[in-house]
Amino acid sequence: MALLVDLVSWALLLSGGAFGIIGALGMLRFPDFYTRLHASGITDTLCAVLIIFGLMLQSGLSLLTIKLVLILLFLLFTTPTATHALARAAVVDQVEPVLADQGQPGDDHDAHSGEPSSKS
Amino acid sequence: MNAVLIATTLAVFLTMALALVRALRGPTLYDRIVAVNVFGTKTVLAVALITFVTGHADLIDVALVYALINFIAIVTVLKLVKTRDLASDDGPEGQ
Amino acid sequence: MRYVISLAFLLVALWLALSGVYKPLLFVLGGASVALVVWLSVRMDVVGIEHNPVLFSWRLVAYWFWLFGQLVKSNLHVSRLVFQPSLVKPRLLTVPVPHQAAVSKVTYGNSVTLTPGTVTLKLTDDTLEAHALDEASARDLEAGHMARKICWLERQQEDCC
Repeated sequence: MALLVDLVSWALLLSGGAFGIIGALGMLRFPDFYTRLHASGITDTLCAVLIIFGLMLQSGLSLLTIKLVLILLFLLFTTPTATHALARAAVVDQVEPVLADQGQPGDDHDAHSGEPSSKS
Repeated sequence: MNAVLIATTLAVFLTMALALVRALRGPTLYDRIVAVNVFGTKTVLAVALITFVTGHADLIDVALVYALINFIAIVTVLKLVKTRDLASDDGPEGQ
Repeated sequence: MRYVISLAFLLVALWLALSGVYKPLLFVLGGASVALVVWLSVRMDVVGIEHNPVLFSWRLVAYWFWLFGQLVKSNLHVSRLVFQPSLVKPRLLTVPVPHQAAVSKVTYGNSVTLTPGTVTLKLTDDTLEAHALDEASARDLEAGHMARKICWLERQQEDCC
């Protein structure tokens, strides 16, 4: 039983770490500020949730678990607020988003079925 | 069990390093602030993980307080770059 | 008065959970800080102004579970796009906000931002402007599942959406 809990907790921790790296890679690869916000969203939500759930399984029922729950609640309530504040500030500051239908008008409904030739 | 915790901690450190790369590259001010925000929330997770790696249960309070400070810091920095004045009571006017 | 007492109980519970050291001196200090915070809140006149019965309903827990499912789904979707950046087709969209209470509007805006793939850019009384990472995320938001869920949370499924 204890082994099972450990295994689940390891899986949660490792996949949380993996999602963190994926989100950070997204922050490097996505084309503009607004799309990078989505990548930072991955690290702020699923990565944090998985790691803290994994740690909660490690600590069992104790004060530590209550504090982990509080950390998770703080993070989940504050990060969307911070993200929205950032996006709003950028909009007010007239940072223009890169949009799909700007460069190639008319192909936004056909291109998403996969046409690599129209890209480069 | 420690190996998994350490591996996860290293993954979080790598995430923080990649966020720093984005903070250095920019190009806009807001890209840098997003990167710093991600760096801050990952600091919370890293401190929580280090609590379990070292077994010092008191460290978790640092993570708890950092989660709060990080949010306030980001909002404060945003307000400062928008208005150049922390005491101002409304939106952009100084630019 | 009801709100003052419930605030005090909440603070005492929070203090007990965070402290972990139970000695007479610390009980006195904890009691003093709870009293100070309650007094300051009454002085600031903020006690109970954000009270909403929705906060204490089982529906909130059900909504969180549903939101968690959405979170996992959209995280996997955006993770896939990280490895295929050519599929990223950002676009802006505006959707109606059918909710009455301010707390429901904020819940909607925050939930949209929390799920990767969509970020709230501007929230007004009856519209929400969002940035979506690709067509699938945009259509998901336009379909209005989340808005309907929050209506259900608000218990007025019949007269909105």
